[in-house]
Amino acid sequence: MGSGSLKISVHFGGGAEILFDNLKQHDLELPLDNGTWNLKRLIAWIRDNKMKSKQELFVKDDSVRPGILVLVNDTDWDLLGQTDYELCDGDQVHFISTLHGG
Amino acid sequence: MPVSCTTNCGRKAILRRPKTGTSLCKECFFDAFETEVHHTITSGKLFYPRQLVAIGASGGKDSTVLAYVMKFLNDKYDYKLNLMLLSIDEGITGYRDDSLNTVKENKNDYQLPLKILSYQNLYGWTMDRVVEEVGKKNNCTFCGVFRRQALERGAVMMGASCIATGHNADDIAETVLMNIMRGDVARLGRCCAAITSSDGALPRVKPLKFCYEKEIVMYAYFRKLKYFSTECVYAPNAYRGHARNFLKELERIRPSVIMDIIHSGENLVFQTGIKTPQQGTCSSCGHVSSQELCQACTLLLSLNEGKAKQGVSKKSHKIRST
Repeated sequence: MGSGSLKISVHFGGGAEILFDNLKQHDLELPLDNGTWNLKRLIAWIRDNKMKSKQELFVKDDSVRPGILVLVNDTDWDLLGQTDYELCDGDQVHFISTLHGG
Repeated sequence: MPVSCTTNCGRKAILRRPKTGTSLCKECFFDAFETEVHHTITSGKLFYPRQLVAIGASGGKDSTVLAYVMKFLNDKYDYKLNLMLLSIDEGITGYRDDSLNTVKENKNDYQLPLKILSYQNLYGWTMDRVVEEVGKKNNCTFCGVFRRQALERGAVMMGASCIATGHNADDIAETVLMNIMRGDVARLGRCCAAITSSDGALPRVKPLKFCYEKEIVMYAYFRKLKYFSTECVYAPNAYRGHARNFLKELERIRPSVIMDIIHSGENLVFQTGIKTPQQGTCSSCGHVSSQELCQACTLLLSLNEGKAKQGVSKKSHKIRST
């Protein structure tokens, strides 16, 4: 197989970006190893590598905190198997928080 | 494997609706969302032709979607409404300043007149100053009371005969839970209505009453509507947070819970003989009130006399027990 990494873009919206230095888009290169890169693993990776504090505002157990919507390539993760969805090269993952005033 | 739209239109589904469990493509989702709001409006008889409607607009997700959908439906179904945007500046640094810029953009995008009223001008107090005085535990009570009255005054100034707010299904379900947790029977009996009206005060309507928060965010996302999304800096201490967290956990397990709680709230039957507040007018400002002084005047008095910290807990008990 070609490159040794999985290239995806992660976008934070709806206020979630505040947890990530106000940066809305993060282009990531995830190392290809023997493990599967699914959303569950990505969320844990984001918590461990992109967050210095307030992890509980983004992650709960093995998933995102309730109230944070997840889209992959503009599709609701509820249609893709939620945390079991396996990432593909070039995927655009959106995390949109709904936890704020309207 | 891509999921197809449940309507069999042939397009790829982009979201699963928590309300119904169906999977819809973008176009069918827009149609379902807009048609449901239209149904809430018509079956609830929320408006009448040629009415001037003030849309409470904060620049946030709910009011942005509300303004967009109301304009859209007004045009599509010819409601013949005159729509206006009304915004309240509570004086919370870093929160309201930015969201008001979003409302100004909404005004331009939707070509609707806009009025902005500030707590500073109306009451002589910004929320920042109220919090300095009162602390962070009961300040939301002040803000809610002041805002309701500010919306009323602003709408009257604009010549509107009704106020539309962007309260969504999640908000209403949270309110039901909150009122149960606090034993507020009077509010519990009122909080599920799509129109709340009382003698002398403008009716307030909630066209998005049956819209799930998730769908409002998805609608805004796919329609590419711009909204301001930061939590009020004082919100983390709000009591509502408990109800909200609980509701979000429940929704994950069983998404219909939000509609089910609203259904329960709408069908509650109260025992006869419960004392409910009698409507009168405030002896100070003339606003609708069940006490001699309306809540806003009572709270203002306690702020101006420097007694606000004790004031809130005593008064709220008093209001509740009558």
